[in-house]
Amino acid sequence: MNEVLSGMNVNLSYPAITTERVNRFVLCTSGDSVKVYSTRTEEWLHSLQGHTNQVTGIALNPANHLQVYSCSADGTVKLWDFIDGILIKTFIIGYPLFAIYVSEKHEGIVFLHIAMDTDSKKEGFQLVAVHLPKSAEQEVEAKELSAVSSHISPNPSCTAFGREGQYIAFARNLQLNVYFFRKQKTYSFSLKATDKKGAKNAFTCIACHPTDDCIATGHEDGKIRLWRNFIHKKEYTYSTQHWHHNAVNTLCFTPEGTNLLSGGIESVLVQWQYGTGNRKEFLPRLGGSILHVSASSDGQLFCTSHSDNKITVIESSFKVCGVIQGLVKGDAVLTDLMIDPRSKALVLNGKPGHLQFYSLLRDKHLYNLDIVQQEYIYEAGLDQFEVVKAAFDIKGYWLATVEERGQKSADLEFFLKLWSYDERTQSFVLNTTITAAHTDRIISMCFSSSEETTMLVTIAEDGQFKAWCQGVDADTKQDQNFWSCDFVGSYHNLKPTNCSFSADSSLLAVSFQEVITIWSPDTWELLTTLCQPPGVIRDLCFGRLSCSKYLISTTTRNLLCCWNLLTCALEWSTSVEVSKLQSDPLSENVAAFSYQSKHTDLFVFKPNEPRPLFTHKNVCSEKIHRAVFVPREEPLNNCDESSQWLNRSQLYFLTQNMDLLTFSTATEEDRMLSSSTRLVIDDSVAVTPFYLLLGKHRQQQQKLNTPSHQAADRPQQPQGSVTITELLHTPAHVLPPASVLCSMFVSSLLISNTGVLQDPLRKEMESSEQEMNSEKEEEDSEGEMEACDSQQELRVQGSVDEVTPKLSKAQERELKRVRKTDFSWMAGLIASKP
Amino acid sequence: MASFKPTKVQFLPKLGEKVTEETLYWKNYKSPVQIKEFGAITKIDFSPLPPHNYAVTASTRIHIYGPHSQEPIRSFTRFRDTAYGGSFRGDGKLLVAGSEEGLIRLFDISGRVALRQFAGHSKAVHVTSFLSDGFRVVSGSDDLSCRVWDVPSAVELSSLTEHTDYVRALAPSKLNPDLFVTGSYDHTVKVFDMRSGSSVMTMQHGHPVECVLLYPSEALLVSTGGRYVKVWDLLKGGQELVSLKNHHKTVTCACLSSVGNKLLTGSLDRHIKVYNSSYKVVHNFDCDASILSMAIAPDDEALAVGMTNGVLSVRHRRHQKDKETLTSRRRRGPSYQVFVKGKNFVPRQDDFLVSKPVKQYLRKYDKQLKSFEVSKALDTALQTWTRTSKPDVTVAVIIELNRRGTLKNALAGRNEESLTKILNFLLKHIFDPRFSRPLLMVGDIVLDLYQQVFHESPVVERLLQRLMEVLGREAELQQELLQVLGILDTLFASLTPRKEVMAHAAPPVAQESQLQAA
Repeated sequence: MNEVLSGMNVNLSYPAITTERVNRFVLCTSGDSVKVYSTRTEEWLHSLQGHTNQVTGIALNPANHLQVYSCSADGTVKLWDFIDGILIKTFIIGYPLFAIYVSEKHEGIVFLHIAMDTDSKKEGFQLVAVHLPKSAEQEVEAKELSAVSSHISPNPSCTAFGREGQYIAFARNLQLNVYFFRKQKTYSFSLKATDKKGAKNAFTCIACHPTDDCIATGHEDGKIRLWRNFIHKKEYTYSTQHWHHNAVNTLCFTPEGTNLLSGGIESVLVQWQYGTGNRKEFLPRLGGSILHVSASSDGQLFCTSHSDNKITVIESSFKVCGVIQGLVKGDAVLTDLMIDPRSKALVLNGKPGHLQFYSLLRDKHLYNLDIVQQEYIYEAGLDQFEVVKAAFDIKGYWLATVEERGQKSADLEFFLKLWSYDERTQSFVLNTTITAAHTDRIISMCFSSSEETTMLVTIAEDGQFKAWCQGVDADTKQDQNFWSCDFVGSYHNLKPTNCSFSADSSLLAVSFQEVITIWSPDTWELLTTLCQPPGVIRDLCFGRLSCSKYLISTTTRNLLCCWNLLTCALEWSTSVEVSKLQSDPLSENVAAFSYQSKHTDLFVFKPNEPRPLFTHKNVCSEKIHRAVFVPREEPLNNCDESSQWLNRSQLYFLTQNMDLLTFSTATEEDRMLSSSTRLVIDDSVAVTPFYLLLGKHRQQQQKLNTPSHQAADRPQQPQGSVTITELLHTPAHVLPPASVLCSMFVSSLLISNTGVLQDPLRKEMESSEQEMNSEKEEEDSEGEMEACDSQQELRVQGSVDEVTPKLSKAQERELKRVRKTDFSWMAGLIASKP
Repeated sequence: MASFKPTKVQFLPKLGEKVTEETLYWKNYKSPVQIKEFGAITKIDFSPLPPHNYAVTASTRIHIYGPHSQEPIRSFTRFRDTAYGGSFRGDGKLLVAGSEEGLIRLFDISGRVALRQFAGHSKAVHVTSFLSDGFRVVSGSDDLSCRVWDVPSAVELSSLTEHTDYVRALAPSKLNPDLFVTGSYDHTVKVFDMRSGSSVMTMQHGHPVECVLLYPSEALLVSTGGRYVKVWDLLKGGQELVSLKNHHKTVTCACLSSVGNKLLTGSLDRHIKVYNSSYKVVHNFDCDASILSMAIAPDDEALAVGMTNGVLSVRHRRHQKDKETLTSRRRRGPSYQVFVKGKNFVPRQDDFLVSKPVKQYLRKYDKQLKSFEVSKALDTALQTWTRTSKPDVTVAVIIELNRRGTLKNALAGRNEESLTKILNFLLKHIFDPRFSRPLLMVGDIVLDLYQQVFHESPVVERLLQRLMEVLGREAELQQELLQVLGILDTLFASLTPRKEVMAHAAPPVAQESQLQAA
């Protein structure tokens, strides 16, 4: 068993749309890979994997629109065929790279951001031009670095190529530099730190007009300046336009240069008409703040990437036509991790004021549920309502949420909301809003776990816990299903810290500082109190199934206690610092995350015995506060002692860096690898759901029909290069004629194309057959050269004409000897040719 | 992308009174029609036949009113002394009434002169009624006797003298012509059976009985007297079912609504209480004077209340029809054709449908909020109609502005007129616990913004003065309330047996927030 990082942190940072006839692909960097999405289906097609560190930038190869360059912090630039996901070449630069730029005019040269010093702590970056050597090898070291400029901004959007690659513009703080390649000169223009109105003038992004000598720059105060006439250093002019109220994050000219797109924190995409002054169009409320905009090379599609892990695909008519959404990452996950009992989806904070439902099974974002139901104002530093608590009842019919505003200031506003599941719309509908549920902040809440009656218990900092029931109020007959307060309890005015229902809901445990109180929810009678000082109780959980007589508690003073509820006595206790206690709803197991000496350990134990079933030291280096057991569809039959606790459900947990991690067994991993089939769409057929079904079927058929195809389908293997080295190392005199080898060798270097793939293969087969035929004929002719009639001679000549026009006997013998030598290694070459 | 989310107007129910179906039903009466009579109204009786005229006994007269007339359609005035207890026969054609002098008179509804006179009682007869066969009359008198009279021959059939004090309440059985119930000032309620000629059941009410009432099933009996209303189960041999003490003065009358058998009781404390089937008060009517008598028409069409000051107040039921005509008159928008034009077009099979995006209609203030015109949005929300009839909308806009962090901008730069508007709104609503929190904030901001220029406008200065006064008074009141709460807490604490855990029932949320506001 080992720990697997879930592939959910789709950190979409740098999208680029490609135009392959119909704009079908969006590429974006995500961690150490580049992901390829289809713009039509919004599905993830495949990812380009090979970098060993964060991928920092991608750029389409201007010479070949089916290829893309990517640069990474591991110091390499890779060239990919992104349609089939094949690595074509790797250029080793040797320094960590931070951005990449290419231009059509500078073929074979890429421009890269590298750090001034090897340790990137010093905030100095330089722009270098790298000449990519034209070598046939897979891995090439590119050593020809020439610095274009030093001391440039670390922000990659502060550099852009001008018209036809004649100049490159880059900005840093308050200075705009333009480097002209022909003159080999840098002009620089600077702005004042602040003008009269106190605006912040620092540059934030740059875009150059594709056909005109014009540079658009975005500024920190939301202004956009259009610079002209900068070819003559002294006579430059600029015009200013202002719509954004905060920093402009990104600028982009459409390929024809008719429009300028800009975006910022307001999450409004603004389209400025070039040359018409102030005419603009807006596309508001796109999601999180816009980080990057790019346009496809034919200008038909734009796409924006957002801070909430989302890519929006926009048509040129300014309509949203697709949304690619990853796991939404807010600033922090304030709610617990939860599982929706109906859809088995993971539920946590999503967009501001929303709860997101994320299917772990399909690794896909399902939907956002709007909890706050208010217009979100995109403004930095504004105190907004945030969902801080949420809980599901056991059947998934009720959802309780708490939203809060004013955590920092004195006057706290919060609402308790109860949502019921609507079968018809397959979503949650607001049922009750409680405005002043408590006089102070709600600390925690939980639903009773019994099937018949649903009850919600909330505990708050005002020292009270309240039980909420549905339809207690008999007077309001028309709406029986509203929720109202049933009971208010407190214990010596102490502040409650946690609450929990037992598995059968016959007991409610509420911890007040150091004391655990046990209540009967039927009569609201205090049954008993349990106390084991020192330390305030942090977590509470009841045992399940055979261990239901136990209650586990953890304290802030490194104590894990297990109470026997039948004897009301301490069963066992151990000294361990537990940051999160989570019980499995389907088994007796309890997982405890312990944070000690800067790393987190995981213990899994059963309450009835004080020794762990499973221990995993050093799970991660951060504290873990959120974890959840996700029930499996069907239990695994795993006999392995150490992984038995994972048979019923899977444990997911969230680190402080917002990485979602899980434990998985070995068998699962195998399955994961094997099930990496992706939906690739043929261009000839319209993309419909039917097509997706049929297309998959056809693909399978194809595979069955042509087994040779399968071998070709596999990504290029390292053996390919071995073959080539063998080819090169074999003595020349034992090789077949160069005319035979050449075409094979060249075609092996070509990019693969699944459609064309069969043809060279077949050709090869045919040609070798031909060869065989001719060989036989030659042998025949050898025997009866004299007896042959002119007709036969003519036929032989016709067929073998190109290969062996005229052969002497010695030559023929030599050829035969060559043919008898073992060329089986060539098969590998042929196979690896794709 | 996602559309603009309009401002959410929070629905906060008014505190104190819960709106239930019952209250809605009983509130659905028009405002009362007041008719002045000559003296205290001691008895009101509805005719069982439509159009349900009603007889009102007051002073020396009995007036009969039509269902909607304010003038009596007939009156019987041939009484030498005060008349009492005028009640209809089951067919609505005859009326019987007692009087102070002890005579019982029988009238034909269409006649004027008494058809019969029954003489025999030596003292005033306060209650009279027909038995359900319609041929006999029963009467209760201050001479401690109950007598049964034969109508055709005008002779006394029997005299029952089991009570030891004035007989002031009487209810004949509708199912059995030989049974009737009497209530007396000797604190007892007796059920008499004419077949045996004596009482068959006696119940101790504990107070002088003012009124008795039989449920239509005749299994339950209601008696009122003192501050108590008691319900007796006759099938269990006169066991007390429930004793209600909701009035703080003598309960003088009771009646049953014909829809759902709700019990109504009227009292000298000027209240009419409506009880539901589990005897909880669901509604309360207030009157101007002490109530002596009360009757409700079949189908609850009208509620007539007689009071000590001689005012008869009649409430008529409001019908759905009236409301509809009202609303239809108000809503006269564009004509049908304008809305339907082109909407009823049915596309043919091969037609290519181009769908139009659904337009989102926003309120004016929402439109202004959408375009970040905060000051204008506040102006819109403070328009006269909105701020008077829908203060919750105004407050919702204020809350929304505060959430956006632009409340200060919206309030700044106002002239005297608009500032007066805001201050008046504050004065009116600042103590409403639903609104006090945002409005106090508005008050703070206004003071901060304008403190330099207040003295320039006498109007604004006066309003501020008033605001200060009211706030001071409210603070005092809240302080007193807190003191009372403290006193109550100590009382409760001393009453409850000492327990380890203090667990008290939920104080209403309203109260808490009110205290917070203070």
